[in-house]
Amino acid sequence: MLTIQNIDCFYGDVQVLRSLSLEAHGGEVLCLLGRNGAGKTTLLKAIMGLVRVRAGTIIFDGQALHNLPASEVARSGVGYVPQGRRLFAELTVAENLEIGLMTRGHGVETRDRALALFPALGERLRQRAGTLSGGEQQMLAMARALCLEPTVLLLDEPMEGLMPAMISRIREVVVGLKEAGVATILVEQRVDAVLSIADRVSFIENGRSRETMRVEEVRERPDLLQHYVGVGA
Amino acid sequence: MAAVLALTALGLSLVFGVMRVVNVAHGEFFMLGAVLAWWFANLVVGNPALGFLIALVGSPLVVGALALVADRLVLKRLDYNPEATIVATIGMLYILQQLALTFYGPDARPVVAPISFRVQFPWFGYSGYKLVVVAASAIVLLGVWVLLARTKIGLIMRATQYDRETAQAFGIRVDRVYAGVFALGAMLAAVAAVLIVPIQQAYYLMGQDPLLLSFIVVIVGGLGSLRGTVVAAIFIGMSDGIISVFFSPTLAKILATLLVAMVLVYRPQGLFGARDT
Ligand SMILES: Nc1ncnc2c1ncn2[C@@H]1O[C@H](COP(=O)(O)OP(=O)(O)OP(=O)(O)O)[C@@H](O)[C@H]1O
Ligand SMILES: [Mg+2]
Repeated sequence: MLTIQNIDCFYGDVQVLRSLSLEAHGGEVLCLLGRNGAGKTTLLKAIMGLVRVRAGTIIFDGQALHNLPASEVARSGVGYVPQGRRLFAELTVAENLEIGLMTRGHGVETRDRALALFPALGERLRQRAGTLSGGEQQMLAMARALCLEPTVLLLDEPMEGLMPAMISRIREVVVGLKEAGVATILVEQRVDAVLSIADRVSFIENGRSRETMRVEEVRERPDLLQHYVGVGA
Repeated sequence: MAAVLALTALGLSLVFGVMRVVNVAHGEFFMLGAVLAWWFANLVVGNPALGFLIALVGSPLVVGALALVADRLVLKRLDYNPEATIVATIGMLYILQQLALTFYGPDARPVVAPISFRVQFPWFGYSGYKLVVVAASAIVLLGVWVLLARTKIGLIMRATQYDRETAQAFGIRVDRVYAGVFALGAMLAAVAAVLIVPIQQAYYLMGQDPLLLSFIVVIVGGLGSLRGTVVAAIFIGMSDGIISVFFSPTLAKILATLLVAMVLVYRPQGLFGARDT
């Protein structure tokens, strides 16, 4: 569904992604694991069109994304939950969702479906996003991305700073999307969460994709986790 | 005039607020609006009211179109870099001024035609036209406020203002928003100019004063803050007028500049800078 081949990305003259390749399939959760600074966020930004891809290709359902501006990538059905949420803090909850709905012209039914997944937001539609609690903000970032009914969902550390109940909420939502056929690419630092949610895991090191394997195999290879993220499973 | 100043300053503030571009050529859009108003008004002979109406519609449209061109050819290529756009708009300032000098000439021309549009209230010492200007400005200000606060276009503009990158990641075509905002800002200056032209004369250097006053208003009101801009415009416009009449225009400018300096030192976010729209 989404095929990334040999992409190179730079910030100025500094190369951050080096001939990185990946594939994400519909109905599957692909998790990216790697140390801080490995280039995980940059990869998601490259898919999104927020960082220029200098070499290589990104193909989504037969359409080349690597030359498109971010606005067109979003319109083609890629939903994005950025690291640190990046809500429009001055706008209300309802307005943040409205931005998501406008991306691909969805209406209130879509919004109600997203709100049904995160009922706490429904009570706070008129509140400014910047005044929400951290957990509520994370829910809003997810709901905003769901408002464009994505076929590919990019999640950058959506569980950062959340309590366990919220983490399992997010996991439920991701599993629900998976069953609906969405391809999810999840960047996450918590190995336990990754192991419980992923279908496949891709290890990123220094801007390169190393091994990609099924999650069952990862469970049997604590040495890999030790090597790529520095933790025992 | 405070009302007209509010419109001009609002255009400057909008462009800075959403695009982070300091448009030094803003006063020239104002000047162009006035010069074009003179031209449009003189297209129709014998019917000044109609001529004025044509100017009121036509002049902002032409100025807006010109701003669109400037955005595409200049600002977009500079990627809206804050420093580079200052230099570029200084360039635009001189180009527009020279164009006006070449095609319009160095004379200050009284806009004869629209003046007869003046509605005189005989029982009221104040010129009727000025009241019309105040009312028209208020309507435009209100319209811009409704656009920003209540419409989808306004929502898109605000989202772009707060976070350009995330806005793009949600399908917002930021370059179009920027082009639209730049044109809208220029058109506000042009509308203000058309309204003022029956009171002042159209002159190729007339952009300087409104530019300075707009900057003062925008800084005092808080950069990018709509509410602050309007309040500051009314305050500064009125005090400028009063001090100019009773003392001297120079004193008014000195006091306004002092006010700016004090605001910058004691409240750099502007008197209303903390709030938005
Ligand atoms: N805007 C930028 N300008 C310059 N360098 C950047 C920029 N953003 C990221 N980098 C650099 O690119 C490299 C990869 O960053 P990236 O954010 O993709 O890492 P990451 O894997 O997401 O890390 P983390 O786990 O800490 O979020 C880092 O060395 C970082 O310093
Ligand atoms: Mg990251």
